Amino acid sequence: MIQIKIAVCIKQVPGTTEIKIDPETNTLIREGIENIINPFDAYAIEEGVRIRERSSSEEVEVIALTMGPPQSKEILKEAISVGVDRAILLSDRAFAGADTWATSNTLAKAINKIEDCRLIILGKQTLDGDTGQVGPELAQRLNIPFIGYASSILEINRNKMKVKRLMEDRYETFEINLPAAISVVKDINTPRVPSLRGKMKAKSVEIPVWDANQLGADEDEVGLSGSYTQVVKIFTPKIKHEIKMIEGSPGEQVEKLYKELKELNVI
Amino acid sequence: MRYLLTEEQQMIVDICRQIVEERIIPVRAELDEKEIFSWEIINEIARSDLFRLFVPEEYEGMGTGIFEICLATEELSRGDLGIATSFAASGLGLIPILVAGNEEQKKKYLPQLASGKKLAAFGLTESEAGSDAGNIKTTAKRDGDYYILNGTKQWISNGGEADIYTVFVMTNPQKGIRGASAIIVEKGTPGFEFGKKENKLGMRSSVTRELIFTDCRVSKENILGSEGMGFIIAMRTFDQSRPVIGAQAVGIAQGALEEALNYSKVRKQFGAAISSFQAIQHMLADMATNIEAARALVYHTAKVIDSGEKNITRLSSMSKIFASDMAMKVTTDAIQIFGGYGFMKEYPVEKMMRDAKITQIYEGTNQILRNVVALDMIKRGVV
Repeated sequence: MIQIKIAVCIKQVPGTTEIKIDPETNTLIREGIENIINPFDAYAIEEGVRIRERSSSEEVEVIALTMGPPQSKEILKEAISVGVDRAILLSDRAFAGADTWATSNTLAKAINKIEDCRLIILGKQTLDGDTGQVGPELAQRLNIPFIGYASSILEINRNKMKVKRLMEDRYETFEINLPAAISVVKDINTPRVPSLRGKMKAKSVEIPVWDANQLGADEDEVGLSGSYTQVVKIFTPKIKHEIKMIEGSPGEQVEKLYKELKELNVI
Repeated sequence: MRYLLTEEQQMIVDICRQIVEERIIPVRAELDEKEIFSWEIINEIARSDLFRLFVPEEYEGMGTGIFEICLATEELSRGDLGIATSFAASGLGLIPILVAGNEEQKKKYLPQLASGKKLAAFGLTESEAGSDAGNIKTTAKRDGDYYILNGTKQWISNGGEADIYTVFVMTNPQKGIRGASAIIVEKGTPGFEFGKKENKLGMRSSVTRELIFTDCRVSKENILGSEGMGFIIAMRTFDQSRPVIGAQAVGIAQGALEEALNYSKVRKQFGAAISSFQAIQHMLADMATNIEAARALVYHTAKVIDSGEKNITRLSSMSKIFASDMAMKVTTDAIQIFGGYGFMKEYPVEKMMRDAKITQIYEGTNQILRNVVALDMIKRGVV
């Protein structure tokens, strides 16, 4: 019997840090950009799998979840290739355009549908949205504790866990009751390379797709219509570069530079 | 050049490549410099199921054949030969169990080796028994339900790190080669100790040690096949493992060519990238051509072995000779393309040349293997 069910929430993101934006439509240019698992989510997956591997007395099941278009199945397969037991895709046209609020609503419904999830693990933020809000919002909706920036899980059983988290200037250790949600930072582990058995399993596995109907979600609480925020414009800030070459002997250069900086009120 | 691989074979290559790029290349210079045997990387290889390639499915493996082992070994060798050797040496240590082990021995040892939780090692060489492998002096004297082992094995890859050793011993020294036997010895058996770690020219991230037996009592259940079969088991093991050495050589050479090609495009002399000079271009072209030729021979040999063909000694020897001589030449030329920089330890190619050298020596020197090829040809014709 499975005693600890762990849900890992992951997201497919463009695999580049050089995001190009179409200046006409203000949307991401996705052509020619490979999609990857959000890098922070890879640590979340690994931690879920490690909890299962080191748990000797209790049976653990790790379930990966993502909300996204049908091609997001690929990252769920990747999650299976590194040891996740099963995966569920939350996909529906109605989910499109979701902000963090609508996203956390959809995820919460899925987690309730899975039933008896004791732990939810997320990456600390995504590479594209960068908000870091989905984790805490999800915990709020499920009415369970949330620990952000977890850097180490010290102990865990069905009812309790001890978790260490990384703050700017210190570490904090908490003991919390389960169910709970945590977000993880990259210090927590080194994600493994896929295994051959995992890849074989991923190749043949059927990934169930849950739509709004199956989640019992009304249209106005998911996707764009369930969102309080909307991206109006994305743009790359224009940075003005002005280069002035200062010439002369080193001594003269220093003097000129000093004068210039003084005029600019930099010094 | 991409070969036509099945989906599963491509997965093997992809997994190995990821391990090489993410785990091995960033640390290989340090492992080489400090002679570190990296359990961290071996564990990653194990977790990825790669040791399962050595073992058939019924013993928790995923073994399909020598070809898949060659693919994995080639790819790992492209990153670091020492690690590829630790990997392949575990395979070498377990092939005798596959070749001659009984059902109990297979059930007992193969699953733990398939998982990579334990490593195997192959103990044949002694100080006076190298190419003359029949001249081993380690003895195993029968005493009731036990054999009592005495003697010292030399230069054993994975020595000290492996848990399971297949050791070649003389059970009947009067009979010479026909008095040799193979026996499984587990680490921790009283009377079984390890000697010094060798300080080597290359593959320095692998460990090479002596195995010292002093009145070491080993159960008679551990003998492989029957007494006197040792030499045959060793030769049948080598027939299967030699193309794997060929694959190592192809991998090292591939790594060296990639480094040389990249360098030639960025290194400028006389105002132009040296890759624009015909002298360099021809070297690169020859390196690539010879690698492809060696790869073709290694893959062909592996596929012939996997087809179940029995007479494989000649072909497997040829694949090892050709690929290892090629790797020595290609890695030397890679240094030449790097010029003075290639001679420096800041760049990876000098290590590749040091690593390549062993492939001409171990698992049968290329000279002994040329004898094997010639004698087989004289006996059976060119075919």
